[in-house]
Amino acid sequence: MASLRLPRLIRPSGRRLYSGAASPSSRLNLPIDYKTTPLLHHTSSTLSESLELPGSTTSKSMNLYQAINSALRTALAKSEKVMLFGEDVAFGGVFRCSMDLQTEFGSERVFNTPLTEQGIVGFAIGAAAQGMKPVAEIQFADYVFPAFDQIVNEAAKFRYREGATGVHAGGMVVRMPCGAVGHGALYHSQSPEALFAHVPGVQVVVPRSPSQAKGLLLASIFEHNNPVIFMEPKCLYRAAVEHVPNEYYTIPLSKAEILKPGNDVTLISYGQPLYLCSAAIAAAEKALGVSVELIDLRTIYPWDRQTVLDSVKKTGRAIVVHESMINYGVGAEVAATIQDQAFLRLEAPVKRVAGWSTHTGLQYEKFILPDVARIYDAIKQSIEY
Amino acid sequence: MTFINPSETTNIPTYRVMDSDGVLLDKNRKPSGVSNEEILTWYKNMLTVSVMDVIMFEAQRQGRLSFYMVSAGEEGISVGSAAALTPDDVVFAQYRETGVFQQRGFTLKDFMSQLFANCHDNGRGRNMPVHYGSNYPRMHTISSPLATQIPQASGAAYALKLESLQNPDTPPRIVACYFGEGAASEGDFHAGLNIAATRSCPVVFICRNNGYAISTPTLEQYRGDGIASRGVGYGIDTIRVDGNDIFAVYEAMREARRIALSDGGKPVLIEAMSYRVSHHSTSDDSFAYRARVEVEDWKRRDNPIIRLRKWLENEGLWDEDTERTTREQLRKEVLKEFGEAEREKKPPLREAFEGVYEELTEEAQEQMKELKRILETYPEEYDLRQFKDGINGL
Ligand SMILES: Cc1ncc(C[n+]2csc(CCOP(=O)(O)OP(=O)(O)O)c2C)c(N)n1
Ligand SMILES: [Mg+2]
Repeated sequence: MASLRLPRLIRPSGRRLYSGAASPSSRLNLPIDYKTTPLLHHTSSTLSESLELPGSTTSKSMNLYQAINSALRTALAKSEKVMLFGEDVAFGGVFRCSMDLQTEFGSERVFNTPLTEQGIVGFAIGAAAQGMKPVAEIQFADYVFPAFDQIVNEAAKFRYREGATGVHAGGMVVRMPCGAVGHGALYHSQSPEALFAHVPGVQVVVPRSPSQAKGLLLASIFEHNNPVIFMEPKCLYRAAVEHVPNEYYTIPLSKAEILKPGNDVTLISYGQPLYLCSAAIAAAEKALGVSVELIDLRTIYPWDRQTVLDSVKKTGRAIVVHESMINYGVGAEVAATIQDQAFLRLEAPVKRVAGWSTHTGLQYEKFILPDVARIYDAIKQSIEY
Repeated sequence: MTFINPSETTNIPTYRVMDSDGVLLDKNRKPSGVSNEEILTWYKNMLTVSVMDVIMFEAQRQGRLSFYMVSAGEEGISVGSAAALTPDDVVFAQYRETGVFQQRGFTLKDFMSQLFANCHDNGRGRNMPVHYGSNYPRMHTISSPLATQIPQASGAAYALKLESLQNPDTPPRIVACYFGEGAASEGDFHAGLNIAATRSCPVVFICRNNGYAISTPTLEQYRGDGIASRGVGYGIDTIRVDGNDIFAVYEAMREARRIALSDGGKPVLIEAMSYRVSHHSTSDDSFAYRARVEVEDWKRRDNPIIRLRKWLENEGLWDEDTERTTREQLRKEVLKEFGEAEREKKPPLREAFEGVYEELTEEAQEQMKELKRILETYPEEYDLRQFKDGINGL
């Protein structure tokens, strides 16, 4: 009742709204147009070839949360060992990834947990050690830290510690939404992949799109007996829409993908910033007449060093792009590996475009995180070195 | 051999002073020994929070701010408990305790500056809306990760205790620590209560049990006799109160504060029962997991503001007219501060880098230079007009 009167009470503002849209004069830092980006399968025609599926594969257009939902449904139907739990999972999850799954598969295997991340991950480890395939949801990557001990000291070291007993926690996957959306500030923006990639024993996966997410998630659950940290860029949940195969399929972990071949510079990224890279590449190829290769790491650790090194040996220039802080980040590892193994082929220093070494202050997000202009600038600098 | 079966033990009772019609259960005494003027202040503070909540919720829907959380139905817990604190006491809150800030003198301008993250915001434009903070009276800036404040509150209380041992002239002070019944499932809750018990810390833990943690009802959050029973388990003085009864909340908190300062300090747990009338936040639609009638029933049945209003009316201290003019006045004040805060500049860009360490690192300084170079090389790509001092703010 009161709320009906309010629109008149608060006069509409002539000013820009909080979301801080792109500068009116922007040419590079435009909002990503997910409807036309070459990184998504806008029709089903390219799908079976790129995912190595039979031509008879049927598909449906869906966004990232629907693709995760489809992967989870496929997994729950495929094996009774699969369980799904976490905070608010029962009603569908705060990002709708588990919608309808409790109704379809029952509250024995799909359920709410109390609000305790260390409990959730510890519970998953125990269930996995007894042969189940638990998929644990952490509501935001920012809230995984109470479970850091369970992941770093337990999940990662389980197999090594058990030795000849042969017991391990390999059946488990810990899913979590990550990354910035524009107004998440300190605690709804983080991408802690580098923290987990520092820990041998866990696999760290970041999908870039709906079809990638489904194949990688199913591979994480069924094809690998290692604990997997599966980080879903939450800004793509609704924004990224593409064709996704209906049936079961997997995409191998620890295998990078060349999204676009090129000759002069290699751009290495993963997750949402790939779309920024793609836009920057389009601008740079047009304005600077260069040819840029784009690689999606897909699995952050253990990572596909060969694909990256082969590419850099060809182009002689490399730029690593990620959202998380530059300090001790994924870019540092990739750059160090490149200079170690491809030093004589390099024509320019390996560059990193990443978040600055600070926290994601609310008002400053778009100045802290990489954008198209900064990636474009890095390509230019690398070429002109 | 006897096992204790919790379902056979009696539940901890709920302390109540006034019924849902605003009538005192014990008609022979004045509530709480507080003046009518003070009680009127509580009422206006609850109204202020409520009026602000309605406006800011709507403002979020209009896209004027990114996020908001109301505390509808829980104003009595925060205002009533904060009323029993002294300005020297220290508060750690969760996020649904706007009334604590209001009762302790946080002004509408303070609220609005934070909500619009402008250059007057204590948080320097860095935090999400409703993450308020104040140096004095000390209310530590809200941190989104749940329950982290609970062991911190124990440590802060221990610091106060040592301080008063080392300097007996300091006024007696406690820490008040607020959290939800969902947050009480975190390991930090257990750590915080246990450590406070073992180190005899002068801290009052106030659990707002509003029935939900986002979509998760208490039935799936815990078994046993609520959160209160855990206090007993940790050897902590514990009470359960009716959170819709501001007199009961105030009295429980006043007594809890006294206990916390007794015997050189000890922790106390208050479980305040209420109902989360609103959606969890502006990002939530609670009708995806609870029926509208459940909410409507609750709204009709009981509410801390209406309860106190009934008492005030029975006492001849309030009437329909005063209600209307007060609400109108509050609405005007909120909208005035709203407009001013929204128009105000955002803090300078250097605030993105400052405050990480005591001093800017050499690395951060280089990054600021690099950012400045980018902003100068691609001026058409960035809109700096909103930020104080534009590019020179870096
Ligand atoms: C460590 C952590 N996990 C998860 C979240 C996400 N989250 C924010 S509020 C909330 C529910 C909290 O419920 P409760 O403590 O009962 O407080 P209420 O919202 O009911 O006031 C959740 C799960 C978080 N902020 N921090
Ligand atoms: Mg709650």
